[in-house]
Amino acid sequence: MKLVIGLDGQSSGEKALDFAKSMAANADSCELIVVYVIEWSPFSFQTAEENAERHKRREEEISIAMERVVDPAVSTLKEAGLNARAIVRHGDVADTIDDIAHAEGASQIIIARSSAGGLTTRLFGSSTASLVMHARVPVTVVV
Amino acid sequence: MKKLNAIPMAMLAYLSIALPAYAQEAASSLDARVNEAFSNATGWFVNFIFMSIPGTNFPWIVMWLVIGASIFTIYFAAVQFRFFGHAISLVKGDYSDPNDAGEVSHFQALATALSGTVGLGNIAGVAVAVGIGGPGATFWMILAGLLGMASKFTECTLGVKYRNEYPDGTVSGGPMYYISKGFDELGLPGGKILAVLFSVFCILGALGGGNMFQANQAHAQIVQITGDFPGWITGLLFAAVVFAVIVGGIKSIAKVTEKIVPFMGLLYVGAAIIVLVVNYDMIGWAFSQIFVGAFTGLGVAGGLVGALIQGFKRAAFSNEAGVGSAAIAHSAVKTKEPITEGFVSLLEPLIDTVVICTMTALVIIISQQLIIDQATGNYMLNEAGTAIATVDGNGGVALTSAAFGSAIGWFPFVLAIAVILFAFSTMISWSYYGLKAWTYLFGEGKTTELVFKIIFCIFIVIGAAASLGPVIDFSDAAIFAMAVVNIFCLYFLMKVVKAELNSYSARLKSGEIKRFSH
Repeated sequence: MKLVIGLDGQSSGEKALDFAKSMAANADSCELIVVYVIEWSPFSFQTAEENAERHKRREEEISIAMERVVDPAVSTLKEAGLNARAIVRHGDVADTIDDIAHAEGASQIIIARSSAGGLTTRLFGSSTASLVMHARVPVTVVV
Repeated sequence: MKKLNAIPMAMLAYLSIALPAYAQEAASSLDARVNEAFSNATGWFVNFIFMSIPGTNFPWIVMWLVIGASIFTIYFAAVQFRFFGHAISLVKGDYSDPNDAGEVSHFQALATALSGTVGLGNIAGVAVAVGIGGPGATFWMILAGLLGMASKFTECTLGVKYRNEYPDGTVSGGPMYYISKGFDELGLPGGKILAVLFSVFCILGALGGGNMFQANQAHAQIVQITGDFPGWITGLLFAAVVFAVIVGGIKSIAKVTEKIVPFMGLLYVGAAIIVLVVNYDMIGWAFSQIFVGAFTGLGVAGGLVGALIQGFKRAAFSNEAGVGSAAIAHSAVKTKEPITEGFVSLLEPLIDTVVICTMTALVIIISQQLIIDQATGNYMLNEAGTAIATVDGNGGVALTSAAFGSAIGWFPFVLAIAVILFAFSTMISWSYYGLKAWTYLFGEGKTTELVFKIIFCIFIVIGAAASLGPVIDFSDAAIFAMAVVNIFCLYFLMKVVKAELNSYSARLKSGEIKRFSH
């Protein structure tokens, strides 16, 4: 069994992690892929200076995400004796998690309930909601 | 950082209290003095660049640009038309590796380069061209825009191919790098000297067209709304904000502008389309004026040649094809194939000149701000005989404003905001181009960079205070001087681009270069 766990860097991600852990414990063999997506669009507007420094910033963003969110999660899973690895990507959160799950042949995506609330969600929708609606792989939303 | 922000704010506060009192007496004489000193200092340079070909009144520099663009068009067998569809696919991201997500995309490189070129050239520059050269200038402008796509393709491919990638992950590219590295690679002498020469002109261009022209026309636009006040006040305000961004590092201002400017561009084109739709019955007439004017001049100063010179000049000044500036902006893209950025960049003159400039020209023609002598069907000249007489005696950005205003009453206010924002974003872009040339000459480092940035801000004040004539002449001259060096070098380097083009199109045909499924 292969599970993709989508983290958003919020405390609610812990619940998704715990849920995945208990699922994996009940399975014979299970591979856990911890995914963190840095929100990014190839169609945004940037200054020339930002462009010149983009590669450097991207590396920095990835290493910060690894250090603060993904690595701690992977090591807790490993400490529990599970087979886990990490992927950090830039892109649209919902699309990217779905793409990874699809490409990896995962049997399920596990995410936490959207942590953003209020006006932002009303205007733009949440990544969780759009993942649930469009994913090509079954999605479990942990509350 | 907080302290740095406080300085310009304090300056602003001081100015708003202290200036009005000084302004009345000191201003007009200061403006006049700045103006006189400026035209005296730059006259020789302007005269050289715009020297006519002996026996004609055709400036050699305009021939230089058009011949360059034509040669690239022929040499690359009309690459701008053959690879047009492919360029669109590249911008859409069809060929972008998903693993490169988070790097500079083709779209972003194009958008950044466009925000440096779309601006006053499209609004004020076209009005100058049509005001002097008549509607026929539009025809030559479109032609020059289409040919210029090949120049842009050539320079931007080289910009990516020979860029510097530093260990810290930043990139620097542009003509100074491809000239020196490319010439070395081909075993040609003089690359370093030519690169230095280009850098000098690039700095002057940044201070001219990328700075003073912008400040000058932004002031002209503000005056339209507020009534007359001295230019150096506008200059100081602009300088303070630009200073806050490029020295103070207040990136949020630049970021906000970068996001508003594309919408301003769409709003501008949208408004132009509305004017055209409302006057749909006149579109045919406007095009006939453009075609007839292109070959007869319709009575403008200099006739056919006058229309042609104005059209070519404005196209080059607006889309900067062959100038080399875009190669600096495009070089940050993430791609394994330098030529892909060449394809993408050829969309730039199309959007800038063939679409946006033509919109402006059509609105001016249709609004009938240019006075036609009913007896002959030709345009009437103003008293000095230098330009076509207009309804309100306007020229430059004021003419465009009046043209839009005649159809959409409130649009001049939107236009004023657009002009100020365009001017600002162009200044930010050119401060970067100028800085790259400056650091190429004097080395990277905080102090050398600061010196350039301060000089840049000072020129904003000078530009806003000087009158339009000398500023526009110097701006054109400096930017065209970049093209002298750049196109000369492109002739030697174009075989490198040809090799890339042949290899890439063979691999595209064989299916080795694939679309990624997204």
